[in-house]
Amino acid sequence: MADEPTRTNLPPLSLYVPEPKFRPGDAVDFTSVPIPPAGETRRPDTADAAGDFTDLAYQLVRVLDEDHAAVGPWNPRLSPDVLRKMLRAMVEVRAFDERMFRAQRQGKTSFYMKCTGEEAVSVAAATALASDDMCFPSYRQQGLLIARGWSMVDMMNQIYSNKGDRLQGKQLPIMYSVRDASFFSISGNLTTQYPQAVGWAMASAAKGDTRIAAAWCGEGSTAEGDFHSACTFASVYRAPVIFNVVNNQWAISSFSGFAGAESTTFAARAIGYGIAGLRVDGNDALAVYAATAWAAERARTNQGPTLIEHFTYRVEGHSTSDDPGQYRSAGEPSAWPLGDPVARLKAHLIAIGEWDEERHAAQDKDVAEGVKRAQKEAEANGILGHGLHQPLDTLFDGVFEEMPWHLREQQAQMIAEETASGRPWARK
Amino acid sequence: MTEPTTRMNMIQAINSAMDVMMERDPDVVVMGEDVGYFGGVFRATAGLQSKYGKRRVFDTPITECGIIGVAVGMGAYGLRPVPEIQFADYIYPALDQLVSEAARLRYRSAGEFIAPMTVRSPFGGGIFGGQTHSQSPEGIFTHVSGVKTVIPSTPYDAKGLLIAAIEDNDPTIFFEPKRIYNGPFDGHWDRPTQNWSQHPAGDVPTGYYKIELGKAQIVRPGEALTVLVYGTMVHVGLAAIEEAGIDAEVIDLRTLVPLDIATIEASVKKTGRCMIIHEATRTSGFGAELSALVQERCFYHLEAPIERVTGFDTPYPHSLEWAYFPGPVRIAEALKKVMRD
Repeated sequence: MADEPTRTNLPPLSLYVPEPKFRPGDAVDFTSVPIPPAGETRRPDTADAAGDFTDLAYQLVRVLDEDHAAVGPWNPRLSPDVLRKMLRAMVEVRAFDERMFRAQRQGKTSFYMKCTGEEAVSVAAATALASDDMCFPSYRQQGLLIARGWSMVDMMNQIYSNKGDRLQGKQLPIMYSVRDASFFSISGNLTTQYPQAVGWAMASAAKGDTRIAAAWCGEGSTAEGDFHSACTFASVYRAPVIFNVVNNQWAISSFSGFAGAESTTFAARAIGYGIAGLRVDGNDALAVYAATAWAAERARTNQGPTLIEHFTYRVEGHSTSDDPGQYRSAGEPSAWPLGDPVARLKAHLIAIGEWDEERHAAQDKDVAEGVKRAQKEAEANGILGHGLHQPLDTLFDGVFEEMPWHLREQQAQMIAEETASGRPWARK
Repeated sequence: MTEPTTRMNMIQAINSAMDVMMERDPDVVVMGEDVGYFGGVFRATAGLQSKYGKRRVFDTPITECGIIGVAVGMGAYGLRPVPEIQFADYIYPALDQLVSEAARLRYRSAGEFIAPMTVRSPFGGGIFGGQTHSQSPEGIFTHVSGVKTVIPSTPYDAKGLLIAAIEDNDPTIFFEPKRIYNGPFDGHWDRPTQNWSQHPAGDVPTGYYKIELGKAQIVRPGEALTVLVYGTMVHVGLAAIEEAGIDAEVIDLRTLVPLDIATIEASVKKTGRCMIIHEATRTSGFGAELSALVQERCFYHLEAPIERVTGFDTPYPHSLEWAYFPGPVRIAEALKKVMRD
């Protein structure tokens, strides 16, 4: 090390470390977030080359305008029935989240993750995809299952790790796996599902199938190597896959700047890979639907992958183990300039004369009762740590297809320990 | 009627295994860096793309994480991928996809999804490959629940074990000892090498056969000492035993997980002595697990401490490769110790 600086004519280097605009106690002002008017962003043909619409990666596909009308080239022109169905599914997701969050606080399970404010991202996508298109979700897409009509009781059984849990209590709550709903096993490790979705899509294409794959990750985990490996593979083989980046601004306590948001958009990641990129108002169910349907058509016609950035906001904490009040301003959720996805879709339905406050209130009540009924039914199968779980022996099932000797020995040891302890575990 | 056989080196046997399985099962796909048109840097996939087409045998981008992640997704779809990682030294970027995904998919989804992949990868040193073309990382995988680890030592075994691995519904790491691709190596780097054409295990059936995973093979029966080996070290160990004139029983493990404990246990109880040889680094190597198992099961039959002969706990060197390699000198010293009364 030189004692004397040798480049005295230059200022010293300085390390830049990003910092979010608002911390606890700060007044929130989101006016610097550019929000273009609804209907303004052009809609390319699904057969256009990805390089011909790179501008869309820096814009925002929006359909619902300030007067709750559906406008512009991306308006998917959905029937009122489909709109009502989406609204109901979003309301169900929110009610489910409320109930399960409370169940965790009541000590009935160890963990829960809400998706409040992000319901449109998964519900509208599920509505736009075919029911047998394969979803590779992260941990905040419970809306896919609910929109596909999957049983809430089954989901709750998993959350409670009870004797009705098809996953035998092997996974952390909400890490569902539902093959029958074309919903891949959630890992919990971030963005590992991205290359997996590409592999599934490549297999589907290689086999001459018609099904496509869709994957979800948060903006924070686009930094993972898996994301970039997946984009490269998808680009190289023109895989029929949709990459959804749910930019909800926060990765636990790290704001999107730690994933590169200060320098560019997440949709723009697509440009370097030569794949189609769209940036969408994630709180606008019609925009999410339209973008997903566009990307699905592109994939299904061998035009290759699309990356969709869903610009949204994580209204609640990362999980039940997180307190966002420790690192961000409490004013952020209500100040978010794109509003609430449920309120916006509801207002649209009312504006077009296909819904009203009375029906909405009745639906809220009906949904709340349905969720409560499901919870009661699930809790009859037990809650975490209260004995009504999968039989003891299942702990060793499924490590391999056939259990090798060393696991048999360990299983026998565990059963001997538990027998000696007198704990009342059920046996197979 | 005897099955037709032909002389094969280990590369040809591995190629034949993939050929046989691609012929039998349209869901078997082969992928990896340089494996397609070119046929692999070691030629293990030569001819497969022209025979089965680009949709079943294809080159991949240089991202091991992507290769294994994509293979997980293909497995979930219903295919039976056989990805190649060009050198075991390059497998680390794929560790998360192997350890957290492929290995646990069956368990975490309670059998809804499986990862029936066979990851082929050349491993081990003795070819002046330096630290990035010589490592033996098998101990990393044997430590992971949910993956099988297989290491052949002859062309005959390589084909039969690879076919069994491809048919297996669990993810399998198939490490190919590249030092013995062309012929068995006795550890004397300064002497001419034998070719597989001069070795009985170079006589390989041309068609389908398999060797059950989890079954070791006694390659030399004996009474005085049990030697546990796999891969290249099978041949290095056998040569050292012959040179020392010891009536050792040499067990080629062939599969590390699941391990053939019964064969090991019966042998050590018979001989009362045990030596373990592997090329991998010593600390927390698979030899440590073997040593613990033998001690737990055969302690009262042991007449001497268990000996481990391994690589040193350094990165794999280049110029000093033969000082690092657990060859005849190191094995001879260990034999003296383990045979002492």
